[in-house]
Amino acid sequence: MQTPIQLNESGQLKHFLTVSGLSKSLLTEILDTADSFIEVGERNIKKVPLLRGKTVVNLFFEPSTRTRSTFELAAKRLSADVLNVNISTSATSKGESLSDMLRNLEAMASDMFVVRHSQSGAAHFIAESVTPGVAIVNAGDGWHAHPTQAMLDMLTIRQNKGRFEGLKVAIIGDILHSRVARSQIRALNTLGAEEVRVIAPNTLLPLHVSSLGVNVFNDLTEGLKDIDVVIMLRLQRERMQGALLPSEQEYFQLYGLTREKLKHAKPDAIVMHPGPINRGVEIESEVADGKQSVILDQVTNGIAIRMAVMSMAMSGQATAAKHAP
Amino acid sequence: MHERQSVEALVHSMTQQLKRFLADKQRHDIEFIGIRSGGVWVAQAIQAELGNQQALGELDISFYRDDFTRIGLNPRVTPSSLPFATENKHLILCDDVLMSGRTVRAAMNELFDYGRPASISLAVLVNLGRPELPIQPDIVGANLSLQQNERIKLMGPSPLTLEIQQTEVSPPDQQA
Repeated sequence: MQTPIQLNESGQLKHFLTVSGLSKSLLTEILDTADSFIEVGERNIKKVPLLRGKTVVNLFFEPSTRTRSTFELAAKRLSADVLNVNISTSATSKGESLSDMLRNLEAMASDMFVVRHSQSGAAHFIAESVTPGVAIVNAGDGWHAHPTQAMLDMLTIRQNKGRFEGLKVAIIGDILHSRVARSQIRALNTLGAEEVRVIAPNTLLPLHVSSLGVNVFNDLTEGLKDIDVVIMLRLQRERMQGALLPSEQEYFQLYGLTREKLKHAKPDAIVMHPGPINRGVEIESEVADGKQSVILDQVTNGIAIRMAVMSMAMSGQATAAKHAP
Repeated sequence: MHERQSVEALVHSMTQQLKRFLADKQRHDIEFIGIRSGGVWVAQAIQAELGNQQALGELDISFYRDDFTRIGLNPRVTPSSLPFATENKHLILCDDVLMSGRTVRAAMNELFDYGRPASISLAVLVNLGRPELPIQPDIVGANLSLQQNERIKLMGPSPLTLEIQQTEVSPPDQQA
């Protein structure tokens, strides 16, 4: 098992660090639980008392708007108290070590840390050292994983297509720097998608990418053929070192999703993007705002998925503590 | 060891009580709500006998249970569905078995997140009369008292039967 650290003795989620190593039935349970939270989000009072009295700390070592605010909203809708720690102004910049900072936050009786960090494995490291009973949720670590983003994408796909079996999904763009893509590929393969393709120039593909269980295309038009789900990725300029691309204009010409190019996919294909969108770089505005786009559904689903994962992890911690000697 | 009993007569009695109850209170604008899954079946059976064709509300109270930190989240939670506005309505809340009253408390908390109903009345197929909260049913199919090692379960949806099961030890955290 790659990450038994995520599960308690009964096989329930107690941390959520990566989709790797999680079974199809557990991923499906996350999606089903999120479905119930979507209904909560449509009520007059969009709040349930599940995590009343629990304290959730958002620990963001990297800037984020969408992810941090949806995690915050998710925790609040579960009735938890939320603390947002802004790392750039915190004591780590005064020389305090990560472990010391965590000990201090734990001393404030925190029950869950939502962690985003630029280093791959950061959430895993924290989960290994944290006090028993405290849940860790990975909100993105380096190039490694962004499991809640992948699961909200799976929820959006299931909502629109009703299933994963028989689906052909194309992930397009900067696969190399994308933790989102890695998590999506794992989730899609576990949930039974028929084919996962990555479409990108070789400079934006990880070495041995096909070992992740994908078919590789360098040509967008060719790769879009028969596709049910189109997932665009943002060009991560801030993570690029060296000249991986000749220019944004040329990238848009070759890999930007336009109405014309989208015609090569199935007529009922949906278009997704984890945001933030670079209009005119990886996607044309008419496509991003078009009928086939489900980009804003993804944001709404993000709240439900995060509510599901947080309540399941807290539940797994509670029942794990009960079984402990 | 278990025995099964049909619930037809109990539903009939509940329907008659409900008619009198609504007439006494002069309540006309009513909506039915069942607590999943047994309560939904009970509500459907009463509606069928009344010839009531209104859409039925269904509650899954998993997010409102008071024992989340002890037994965790129900892995098979399904979305609640209230296909009508509850504001100012007289709600008939139906469940299969009333024991401690904790499920009904959770259901009432959930209902108030949808709005402010005019009233909530409680209809249960079986009342075990072991309240741990000040909650009493308005409509009762049968009052029963069970041994510590017995539990009762409504089997359904078709046919609906009540089954009394003998357990080795009494279930510690049964919430009904």
